[in-house]
Amino acid sequence: MSDTTTDLRQEVTPPKDGFEVVYQRPDSLNDVQFTYCPGCQHGQVHHALAEVIDDLGIKNRCIGMAPVGCSVFAYEFFDFDFISCSHGRAPATATGVKRSEPDSIVISYQGDGDLASIGTAEIVHAANRGELITVVFINNAIYGMTGGQMAPTSLPGMQTSTSPRGRDTTIAGHPMHVCEMLQNLKGVAYLARTTAHNTKGLLKTKAALKTALKYQMEGRGFTMVEVLCGCSINTRRTPRASAEWIGEEMTKAFDLGVFKDAGKE
Amino acid sequence: MRKGYIEILVDRCKGCEMCIPACPNDLITFPMETLNKAGYFVAKFVDPEEQCNACKLCAVACPDCAIVVYKRAKEPVAGGKE
Amino acid sequence: MSQVATESKPAAEKSWLPSGLQLMKGNHAVCAGAIRAGCTAYFGYPITPQNEAIEYMSDALLDVPNGVFIQGESEIASINMVMGAAATGRLAMTSSSSPGISLKQEGISYIAMMELPCLIMNVCRCGPGLGNIAPHQGDYFQTVKGGGHGDYRLISLAPNSVTEMAQHAALGFELAVKYRNPACILTDGVIGQMMEPVDLDAIPVVNHQKPAWAMGVNTTGRERNVITSIFLDPEEMGEFHEQLIAKYELIKQNEIRFEEYELEDADILCVAYGSVSRVVSGAVRDLRAKGVKVGLLRPITVWPFPYQAIKKHAEGKQAVISFEMSWGQMVEDVALATRHNPAPLHFVPKHGGMTFTPLEIEQAIEAVRANPRNSETLWEPS
Repeated sequence: MSDTTTDLRQEVTPPKDGFEVVYQRPDSLNDVQFTYCPGCQHGQVHHALAEVIDDLGIKNRCIGMAPVGCSVFAYEFFDFDFISCSHGRAPATATGVKRSEPDSIVISYQGDGDLASIGTAEIVHAANRGELITVVFINNAIYGMTGGQMAPTSLPGMQTSTSPRGRDTTIAGHPMHVCEMLQNLKGVAYLARTTAHNTKGLLKTKAALKTALKYQMEGRGFTMVEVLCGCSINTRRTPRASAEWIGEEMTKAFDLGVFKDAGKE
Repeated sequence: MRKGYIEILVDRCKGCEMCIPACPNDLITFPMETLNKAGYFVAKFVDPEEQCNACKLCAVACPDCAIVVYKRAKEPVAGGKE
Repeated sequence: MSQVATESKPAAEKSWLPSGLQLMKGNHAVCAGAIRAGCTAYFGYPITPQNEAIEYMSDALLDVPNGVFIQGESEIASINMVMGAAATGRLAMTSSSSPGISLKQEGISYIAMMELPCLIMNVCRCGPGLGNIAPHQGDYFQTVKGGGHGDYRLISLAPNSVTEMAQHAALGFELAVKYRNPACILTDGVIGQMMEPVDLDAIPVVNHQKPAWAMGVNTTGRERNVITSIFLDPEEMGEFHEQLIAKYELIKQNEIRFEEYELEDADILCVAYGSVSRVVSGAVRDLRAKGVKVGLLRPITVWPFPYQAIKKHAEGKQAVISFEMSWGQMVEDVALATRHNPAPLHFVPKHGGMTFTPLEIEQAIEAVRANPRNSETLWEPS
């Protein structure tokens, strides 16, 4: 990465007399500026994931798969081993990693194009084989990195750069619901869909990630948390308006909740 | 007596305003008066009445880990458990 | 890095280790050689004519300590699984045939850029398209001139016997590890399917150690290991390009391999690789018995290609003939090697998945001898 990221480093001020630091950047995150747009839920989910990894004390066991998409540089932000995967194939690479290093904790971090478009075969088969990996699925209903094209999860009528008149379901079909698609596969141990648009959503996301990682460590099977997110830049909204859009519009199209929980069966 | 306060790391803040609705006591503002090195207007913690209780919700919401939360340390109790 | 271990344990203790003198198919021999060379992971997808390889590995790797086998959902998934396993330091392998190798190209490009060692076998069938399952040599360009995007190269070995299939599995992994680059075995359905005796004990057993750059559980407090192929800053990328170019130059200097057969006083130089070289060498032997002075140079590495050896042996020859089961691919490299040589270059193809007979080779050579500028086989770039 270029040197401009380190120019933005700022030391944490020591606490005033009688005070102590009770919260700062989690240990599993590097002290670098994230390259995400202001308010992007990638930053918030990275943050939540890192908190969970710190809480569980598993940083040194984690190996991450970075996708192709806005989070292609996720490996710069997390303080553990990472591999940058080809588009859509992260679950296959994760399979190769986890099967080779069974004591590691493998996290495949993917967007909606990576996972639900080019990667549909890989996610289905990794889930079906019950690969002991945890997939973090960032569903923001659009292709961010490449400039706002339609995604398999874009909402009906949603204007994107490749559906300029709004998503026409007679041409492009309806948004794909991946949790619902995977829930009947026997190899799946945990599937949850949460949001990242407010603190309540983030706390639920954090809890779901913790369950998913625990189930991986317990060898229960394939785990995935789908997080509803936004893309303020490509939907021409302010970060706060984009967050509100997640809460109001995305949650109408995608049900929240836990779709499968092997720990409760 | 002040229970808690936060520091917003000016050079990490991207002015996304995610922290503002997160604070239950509305203690973070966005006055658009300070530009940081990256060219963003940054958020500002304003708590004249010492309402901050270090709940950390603002810091959890921050995508860029730009908020550090400080809480008054517990006073050690003489001769007993904390 | 890899260490060659002396085999001190009795064979019975390592019952999973392929050993002894066995009559084997080429596709089996390559897997046996790979396991002896330290391969512990295989990911693949069925396609004719190489299914014996995935079938062998699906059984053998269940017994190899820490062995990993997955039949991936596609060839694309399989090469990406190889990427993951190789990134953790495993010696990982995949195999396929022409259309499946086409699918793997993106993954191979990534693996080369990430400097990960691995072994890919292409048991060529006839193409383009679905083609047929008969042997062909139409993937030469794909293998040695790129295949995937970008400037990388594959260390490419072309066995012409079942023994070489086993040997090249070991050599492929050795070179892949030495240079941190993917290696490819370029073969065809003839070599893959034929059965010959193989002395597996002659393939050294390798005790592969996990390298320091590999990903894994961090027990030593080391710096994190990041495996990536993206360098957004052009200057940083330019520096990385220079490093890779220097590496490829080293490979070209050190790893060219070829075989010379009856070349000492030859008037005509034949060039052929893989199964075609077996037929040509038979024809050369028969012609020599009749007093015809003809010889064969057989590239064993098709990348790096033995340009200098061909150039040297082309000197003073009446003609040079390239024999291939293709529309004319290796002949272009032969042309490059002999571009300053006045001897006319000929190309003799075999199409459709058909194979040469020794008689056809002999007749082609005799026709060139009779008329070194025979326009039926004379090759010019076009």
